[in-house]
Amino acid sequence: MSITLNVNGRDQAIEAEPDTPLLYVLRNDLELNAAKYGCGLGQCGACTVIVDGKAIFSCLTPVAVLEGKKIRTVESLGTVDKPGPMQQAFIENQAAQCGYCIAGMMMRAQALLEKNPKASDTEIRAALEPNLCRCGTHMRILKAVKRAGELMQQGQA
Amino acid sequence: MLRNWLIALVIAIIVIGAVAVAVIYRPAIDPLPAGQAPHFDTAMIAHGAELAAIGDCGSCHTASGGKPFAGGVAVPTPFGTIYSSNITPDEKTGIGRWSEAAFERAMQQGVARDGHLLYPAFPYDHFTHVTADDDKALYAFLMTRDPAESRTPANKLGFPFNVRAILAGWNLLFLHPGPIAEDSSQSAEWNRGRYLAEGLGHCAACHTPHNGFGAEDASQAYAGGSVIDGWYVYPIDDKSAAPVKWDAASLASYLKSGFAADHGAAAGPMAQVTAALGEASDADVTALATYVASKMQNASGKAPPAAAPSPPLTSGDSLAVPQLVKASADQGETIFATACSSCHTSGRPLPYGGVDFHLSTAISADSPQNAINMILFGLPAGATHGPIMPGFAGVLNHDQVVAVLGYLRKNFTGKPAWSDADKLVADTLSGATAVKTYSADGVERMPGAGDLRILP
Repeated sequence: MSITLNVNGRDQAIEAEPDTPLLYVLRNDLELNAAKYGCGLGQCGACTVIVDGKAIFSCLTPVAVLEGKKIRTVESLGTVDKPGPMQQAFIENQAAQCGYCIAGMMMRAQALLEKNPKASDTEIRAALEPNLCRCGTHMRILKAVKRAGELMQQGQA
Repeated sequence: MLRNWLIALVIAIIVIGAVAVAVIYRPAIDPLPAGQAPHFDTAMIAHGAELAAIGDCGSCHTASGGKPFAGGVAVPTPFGTIYSSNITPDEKTGIGRWSEAAFERAMQQGVARDGHLLYPAFPYDHFTHVTADDDKALYAFLMTRDPAESRTPANKLGFPFNVRAILAGWNLLFLHPGPIAEDSSQSAEWNRGRYLAEGLGHCAACHTPHNGFGAEDASQAYAGGSVIDGWYVYPIDDKSAAPVKWDAASLASYLKSGFAADHGAAAGPMAQVTAALGEASDADVTALATYVASKMQNASGKAPPAAAPSPPLTSGDSLAVPQLVKASADQGETIFATACSSCHTSGRPLPYGGVDFHLSTAISADSPQNAINMILFGLPAGATHGPIMPGFAGVLNHDQVVAVLGYLRKNFTGKPAWSDADKLVADTLSGATAVKTYSADGVERMPGAGDLRILP
């Protein structure tokens, strides 16, 4: 069937079965390769994207439920030349090792900070709980998210 | 003549007054001397720890994020909110200066050390059956916890429920002290289980409906049906909706681990119970299961398989690719195919895969509330080995949740559709039904901790 998805601010018409996971459409049809396939079970968080302001697992979300909703991926946060505050903070803190989890981490953190840029360490930890990093860079990721909050507040000031 | 009447009246008032005082008044028991914590035998403390696990004292007496046993948990009742007390040995705000006799009286009669009557939100109508020896062990355990200074908030009760004297009347009607009689037609294990379930375990406090006085309705023992912390209480009598009948072995395993391959995972407040029972002695949990399973022996579920067939093992990490159903006219089936099937039709047993919905109590229960809660909030990861499930509150709207529920009910049970799904989903989404979420290790995880579990 034909379905129109609003991804990173643009309406995109795609051909897909209604039960196709959003992740497949992002990567295979739209070539937005930030979100990763990790477990396919909603247990690791590598596929996390934002839908209508909330962080969700794109591997478990059928495209059929997404019409009319605003989908955002890491590609919306900034570019190589002009990284957004979240990306800037992750670079500053060298928060990635293998990097596979990082896109999901950034999107879940982005959803948190958009609601609460002054999130405390405890709130950041609680929010990122569904996302796993097998390299063990959690401490840097937490620092990076804290820093991203600061950058966002400076940007608004 | 008039004088005689007056004398009779005065005598009557005095007698009634004396009876009332005798019923209501309980003397204070002298506090222990300050700064002199009693000493206890370590074996006694360890035994008390196992018993405290059977009673799951920690759930009601530990606030989310608070110190263990320091109380302050709001217990909603039809009469107002009651706050659990601090049962750490803190001398100022806890039970640090309670003697063993004062503790035993609280357990048996629902009276605090200073003589005030306790509300039966503290289930002393069950604890009254606990033996003095077990009370001693519990006392030893509690008095050796870390003292935490934490004052219990004042209860929020309107008149007349804020007058503790009325509890004397409640006690006359509903408190039946004394040991539970042995049933000689049953095994020693069953009798042990009954002692634990009806006493310290206080299973009926949730699983039996309450009457207008807030007391358990004995004529409906274990009939379930109420909603606690936003979770539907399953009947655990012959009305159990479990598609596979519970037996003592599977129930014991469930109570200790929090999940059973033929039934599902404990969630909501029951996750607290199973997390606590994981710390209880195996023999006691088996006894508990023997007794409770006997309550469900005439339920309609099919007999458990003689030996659980080992499900075909999958290999590799990434066999979670959904079985695509192509275009389905049923939106519920479409969502099921993508969101549910990768775990729930994987063939992997719990806790690595989701329960086969043909076996799920949540899907075959009379109320869809628990299935709604699981779909929206999932089962957050805990700190221990156990099942997890992502919640879908972030992405599924009201109609989509109703569609999935309808599909699950139709496809996996032979039962009629839930007539109240529409309203219950709406109430859960709006927050009219407040749902407390717990991970499988019994720790409360607020919806909103992870974005995933934030309500729209």
